Amino acid sequence: MKRVSIDPITRLEGHGKIEIFLNESGDVENAYLQIPELRGFEQFCVGRPVEEVPRIVTRLCGVCPAAHHLAAAKAVDAVYKVEIPSAAKKLRELYYNVYYVYDHTLHFYYLGAPDFVVGPDADPAKRNVLGVIEKVGLEIGKKVIEHRRYAQDLQIMMAGRSTHPVWCIAGGVSKGLTKENVVELQEKGKKCLEFALFTLQVFDDLVLKNKGYVDLILSDAYRLEVGDMGLVDAQNRVNFYDGKVRVKDAAGREVAKYSAHEYLANVAEHVEPTSYLKYPFLKARGWKGMVEGKESSIYRAIPLSRLNVADGMATPRAQEHYQRMYKTLGGKPAHQTLAIHWARLVELLYAAERWLELAADPEILSQDVHTIPTETPAEGVGIVEAPRGTLTHHYVTDANGIVTKANLIVGTTNNYAPISMSVKKAAQGVLKGKEPNDGLLNMVEMAFRAYDPCFSCATHSLPGKMPLEVKIFGPDRQLRQVFKR
Amino acid sequence: MSFEPRIVGILCNWCSYTGADLAGTSRMKYAPNVRVVRVMCSGRMDPTLVLKAFQEGADGVLLAGCHIGDCHYISGNLKTLRRIPLLKRVLVELGIEPERLRLEWVSASEGARYQGVVNEFVEQIRSLGPLDLEARRLPATASAS
Amino acid sequence: MANAKLKVGMYWAASCGGCDVALLDIHEKILDVVAVADLVFWPCAMDFKVHHVEAMPDKHIDVCFISGAVRNSENEHMVKLLRRKSKVLCAFGSCAHIGGIPGLANFWDRQSIFQTVYHASPSTENPKGTVPVERFKVAEGELTLPHLYDTVKTLGQTIDVDYFLPGCPPNPDQIAAVIGVIAAGKAPAKGSVVGASERAMCEECPRKKTELKFKSFKRRHLTHPDPEVCFMEQGIVCVGAATRSGCGWRCIGSNMPCRGCYGPLPSVHDQGAKMLSAIAACIDADTPDDVERILDTMPDPAGTFYRFGLPASMLRRRQRGQDGREAR
Ligand code: SF4
Ligand code: SF4
Ligand code: SF4
Ligand code: FES
Repeated sequence: MKRVSIDPITRLEGHGKIEIFLNESGDVENAYLQIPELRGFEQFCVGRPVEEVPRIVTRLCGVCPAAHHLAAAKAVDAVYKVEIPSAAKKLRELYYNVYYVYDHTLHFYYLGAPDFVVGPDADPAKRNVLGVIEKVGLEIGKKVIEHRRYAQDLQIMMAGRSTHPVWCIAGGVSKGLTKENVVELQEKGKKCLEFALFTLQVFDDLVLKNKGYVDLILSDAYRLEVGDMGLVDAQNRVNFYDGKVRVKDAAGREVAKYSAHEYLANVAEHVEPTSYLKYPFLKARGWKGMVEGKESSIYRAIPLSRLNVADGMATPRAQEHYQRMYKTLGGKPAHQTLAIHWARLVELLYAAERWLELAADPEILSQDVHTIPTETPAEGVGIVEAPRGTLTHHYVTDANGIVTKANLIVGTTNNYAPISMSVKKAAQGVLKGKEPNDGLLNMVEMAFRAYDPCFSCATHSLPGKMPLEVKIFGPDRQLRQVFKR
Repeated sequence: MSFEPRIVGILCNWCSYTGADLAGTSRMKYAPNVRVVRVMCSGRMDPTLVLKAFQEGADGVLLAGCHIGDCHYISGNLKTLRRIPLLKRVLVELGIEPERLRLEWVSASEGARYQGVVNEFVEQIRSLGPLDLEARRLPATASAS
Repeated sequence: MANAKLKVGMYWAASCGGCDVALLDIHEKILDVVAVADLVFWPCAMDFKVHHVEAMPDKHIDVCFISGAVRNSENEHMVKLLRRKSKVLCAFGSCAHIGGIPGLANFWDRQSIFQTVYHASPSTENPKGTVPVERFKVAEGELTLPHLYDTVKTLGQTIDVDYFLPGCPPNPDQIAAVIGVIAAGKAPAKGSVVGASERAMCEECPRKKTELKFKSFKRRHLTHPDPEVCFMEQGIVCVGAATRSGCGWRCIGSNMPCRGCYGPLPSVHDQGAKMLSAIAACIDADTPDDVERILDTMPDPAGTFYRFGLPASMLRRRQRGQDGREAR
């Protein structure tokens, strides 16, 4: 049996490795995605004052600290049973949409685009954001850097820091906005909206107008039929900050809709000996292993899932693009793994539109942004939609507010089983009858990168990077050859 | 093998050191386990010193200064009075029994008191057993099996 | 030599990736960096693999930045490899410098983390009591995982480090400045902390201080602090007195107290002990009982004073009893 290892997998946030086993005829027998890290936040949050948690758990992940910050803050609000002021709620959502613009931009241009723009089999030295800039021109490259910067700077303005914010506290936020702040938010929001539209255009020109890529997106190797999960508002439209978690199966039937505090009745996690990361699944269906189909207990929680579970987008332009996307993909639910990139850009547009809506709301100037909690702290769950999936934080405290238990189900963790399955399928499809080479292996990695997996946060438990090393084992299991991209 | 506690005594120059000296010159018998470090005032008993003593192998640390009101620098011992309880709380979290750290007020004339404190403390540490940080520290970096 | 491009590497050990993001946060200056430097290894953003590093001659990388603590055998292997391949090696960020937030795991150990994550967690369904193992036979062959250590280590406790760039993550302006200095060949003395000031946060903090004395501690979320006045003066624990400045007092500016990510001041051996002294000095009580009563209002002193620096502290971690029991 031949063995191909991809170690470390690159251009995603966190460590990981893929092991691919080939049989005698050179076809893929099995593929394993292993996460080698564990940090143990669930354990070392114990003993900490719960109000400190939102500024500790940000370190689960330097790429989506805002998501952890907010999920923890919502959980801590619930621990204290405190209703935060309406202005604080709007500020948090506004901040989160600014963050989304930043994060989706980062993913698309820095992590995802190298595959499409530079090409999956380009020289590894060029397959990165600098290569993207080379290809699309410095002009556009600068534009990308500039808009990413706007969103980063505004997060600093609102939350004190961009990476690892310190702003949300039990009962609200630590400070409000000034008039100048709001003007800046509005001005930069307009620019980011333009930029989101521009990015969709780039995707159109570079990807959708390229038949090769469209075929790739629609190909079987990059298709996975499992359920979907995402947060929706009262009208079942996508919302990142608040709402209910809606779950649909692979056939598009709603199988659950729950509030944060009901998560334990709906999801559970399975342990395998080969990875430090657990595999979440739909509790009602039980762990059935990594299988596809309408009865599968595996679900995805990715941009495409959020669009799949929702009835639509809450903002007009995003709604147009939403409809257009489903038209092209052949209706809902869509299961094409590479279409996640597209869904992510529809969300980018939504985030920019929602940002502008909230920035125009006069209430965000209110200085009533923090309600002092008065109830005895006890237990709370907070859920937000992280860019990489539904994020659940759960804390139990003693009467003094010291954490006694913490439980986390992190965005990427939700997608662990589907990513593993997608990698295997892509390997089977792409490597079939071909000698593995660098470009082919990158195409395997693309399946995985589409999820924008962040094993740094999934391994909140441990962080990591993803390298790719391909070890080929002969049928006698002797190492024959090592490919390291 | 019987365990002989190693204790670091950090004593204020003006009262406690003189008191210890008195115990010595009066030929009072007390356990020889305390190695004395003299500082000018208990106010100089930095928590870092205490940690350093433990780190370097002390099983217990005895701090002694002038009685409240008698500090030659007026409020040095008040600082100590506030600091050491906090240090003890931190030690508990670091897995070191707070009883391994003892703060006493001993004046220049209290040779007998010093004798009593030392003897008692040595027995207390004896019953706690060695701190033995090196052995108790978890296999810090055990390499991959 | 003078105009050869600098070969720069960036690696993450047990890291959250925030340090990599901070490097990107120098924004358009990254283009200046690329003009003078070739990035030869950066798993977060570029497609170079470990074998590319293994194939490099020793001392091939001019400057290598490493973020993250050392948490498992893989981290240790990689940082040792990169040490061999690098001329100058810089610990990047709090985790590499002093252990960082992941270092809070040193209040616990591997066993208790496994117990919580794989057994006790309320969402985990694990009837067979499975845990990850370092070697596991699957039908097709054997799969391996790195060994998770009981104790988180700093980079400097693992390999020889030339410079330390503090912060969680470091302030991007400081990153750009440090890269500029190194690129100009004006390397500071070995062992230096770079990209930070030599002074305490309190000295640069703009909040007004008059008299630091209080009769009880207040928890930040249970107050509406005056944004102009020193937190400590309002009874809110702020570790600025024991922390190096250089971040631009980011948290304080956001109306939140400092938690010490820039690490200890020069010549301070234990950030927690230093902070403990500073705080104790403000307690307004003259009797042991009053002192205890006031201290009862401050939750988790150890986890606050050692929020970022437990692995680098003098005791490095929580100790266990001789028989392996917790000494409580
Ligand atoms: S120092 Fe902070 S930002 Fe950098 S890796 Fe550690 S936790 Fe992340
Ligand atoms: S204690 Fe904190 S708020 Fe007060 S001066 Fe120091 S850094 Fe500023
Ligand atoms: S204020 Fe303190 S915790 Fe915040 S960034 Fe600065 S050094 Fe770090
Ligand atoms: S001089 Fe003895 S305690 Fe201050």
